[in-house]
Amino acid sequence: MTQFRRGLRSAGLMTTYSAVLAVSLLVLSLVSQPALAQETVEISISNHRFQPAEVKVPAGKPLVLIVKNLDASAEEFESKVLKIEKVIAGKSEARINVRPLTPGRYKFYGEFHEATAQGVLIVE
Amino acid sequence: MLSSAIIVFREVIEAGIIIGIVLAVTRGVHWRVPMVLAGLAIGVAGSLVVATFAGGISAALAGAGQEIFNSLLLGTAVCMLIWHNVWMASHGRELACEMRQLGSEVVTGKRSLWALAIVIAIAVLREGSEVVLFMYGIAVSETASAAELLAGGLTGFALGASLSALTYWGLVTIPARYLFSVTGWLITFLAAGMAAQAVTYLAQAGIVTALGDIVWDTSAILPDSVLLGRILHALLGYVDQPTGLQLVAYLGTVAVMVGLSHLIARPQQPKRLVAGA
Repeated sequence: MTQFRRGLRSAGLMTTYSAVLAVSLLVLSLVSQPALAQETVEISISNHRFQPAEVKVPAGKPLVLIVKNLDASAEEFESKVLKIEKVIAGKSEARINVRPLTPGRYKFYGEFHEATAQGVLIVE
Repeated sequence: MLSSAIIVFREVIEAGIIIGIVLAVTRGVHWRVPMVLAGLAIGVAGSLVVATFAGGISAALAGAGQEIFNSLLLGTAVCMLIWHNVWMASHGRELACEMRQLGSEVVTGKRSLWALAIVIAIAVLREGSEVVLFMYGIAVSETASAAELLAGGLTGFALGASLSALTYWGLVTIPARYLFSVTGWLITFLAAGMAAQAVTYLAQAGIVTALGDIVWDTSAILPDSVLLGRILHALLGYVDQPTGLQLVAYLGTVAVMVGLSHLIARPQQPKRLVAGA
């Protein structure tokens, strides 16, 4: 009986190992290969406003946003649709990768100063 | 003042709920309060350090430092939570037994207390550093007086702390028999939600680019930016616009945790049989 149980347990462990292996393989396959040609866009923040507040970018290309925070205070650059959340300290800049997008309007905002820091990415 | 209170509260919701859950899970364990306080203190100290070096962290690793740092922190917290549940799966039955036999809530087991303290430290560090940056920003650039800023910040913290208390009291009303299974599930969802957030940071860093499209959008029904949405986000990992990657991470974590708990749960009391013989 005990042996039977032990057998069951080791069979269970094997299943765990293969499950862990499968998950790791899945994770590895998700890790990307070299990026495609990237489009770089610069946005600055001053007086808690984005400059420019509307940015036009081409569809289907990975983007790099360079967000320069010219204010002394920190800002959290956030976009729910773009899945971005990045704190940018005062007087510094951040580099943000954005996945290739389909045409549309994608809003972003500054979480620490939501009243004024509003912007939109227009993908065409 | 009100806006700073709201922002601080928003940032401390997750840490507040986690502290409440940990206190409930460890009810009756010696040293739990010092451990929770230690986690809190390390988190606060860490957030000051992280906030101080925010610019450096952000610029590190070709500009992906902040994302990688955050995903590592979240990944560590997920591992700690998995470890806790595994520990509970192998010792939980004895613990529940012990609690009933002693007729008291005092359990001497050390449990996975340190793992939970690390989870608290990480949650406080992650959110605390944002609070520090935000408050510092206001202090240096805005017209708000120091007193106003302090009042706003303290109000936000007080709201966060009351959320901890609410979570704790809500959980401890659950009869001891069910408490561990309820908290076990809560911790599973907590870990899954963190895993989903960790992969978002990896995607943002450009490390993982697959499955980046949003699968569904429930932001019209329950946005995760309102209070209820934020609480559900902290508790269950609710996201109103999840990407495929987030779903894979979430479901994967739940599957791993449930699987491990089932496998590791010991066969019914072999020890007692030996003792009786």
